[in-house]
Amino acid sequence: MVEALLFVVLGLVALVGAVTVVMARNPVHSALGLLATLLAVAVLYVIQLAHLVAAVQVIVYAGAVLTLFLFVIMLIGVDEEETREEKLPYQRWIVGGLSVVIILFAAGLTLFGDFEWVPAATSTLPSTTNGTVEAVAVPLFTDWVLAFEATALLLTVAAAGAISLAHFRRRET
Amino acid sequence: MVDPGWYMALAAALFFIGAVGLLVRRNALIMFMCIELMLNAVNLTLISAGRALNDINGQVAVFFILVVAAAEVVVGLAIIVSIFRLRASASVDELSDMRG
Repeated sequence: MVEALLFVVLGLVALVGAVTVVMARNPVHSALGLLATLLAVAVLYVIQLAHLVAAVQVIVYAGAVLTLFLFVIMLIGVDEEETREEKLPYQRWIVGGLSVVIILFAAGLTLFGDFEWVPAATSTLPSTTNGTVEAVAVPLFTDWVLAFEATALLLTVAAAGAISLAHFRRRET
Repeated sequence: MVDPGWYMALAAALFFIGAVGLLVRRNALIMFMCIELMLNAVNLTLISAGRALNDINGQVAVFFILVVAAAEVVVGLAIIVSIFRLRASASVDELSDMRG
């Protein structure tokens, strides 16, 4: 019961934040909408017993990534009114039609398809999915250690790339 | 316990909003935020699937997505800033330098 209530409230917050991201004229408002969505999703993680992931979401996403976004918005300035008219003819109509077809296809599969998206939980005990640090770390450092090292390499490359981009100087003409 | 299908419906709605924003908006920064929105929707799907299947690996996958998203934001924002230095605009419509 509590979970249902939280789900409805937080789901509404997340949806409103997402719509704000898309609709807001001012990029700062978009960033704040994204923040609302990220925090609501983090609480949804907590409800689903993913404690560590929720903490990481708040620290990395709502903390670091969003700060970076706001920093760049301040750096390049709030843009003037962007034009919303489409330069390619008929593109809106084609994309809209394709979207409707895809949504109808997915809805048809979901409603009339003869398969289960997610089979029922085999056990009612939530112990194995309780996302404490230890529960997440053990598979991370045993089964997924290669992928873990690859992400370390990826982060190093990304940091080096960002630094080299920031130091890029155009030859003055 | 809320049925995992509801969480996935919420995630699908978030993903859809993000996809629409990516298609409609012109500002490179806003398009980036929409990508983050879509990544978050996928994360929510993985978490609720992992819980429904009683499998911790869903949360491990979300971990990797978070790392990749962070790296992507670092590089992407650096590119946006360096483009802005050249063109003084963040609109993707004006980026046609490589047009043949």
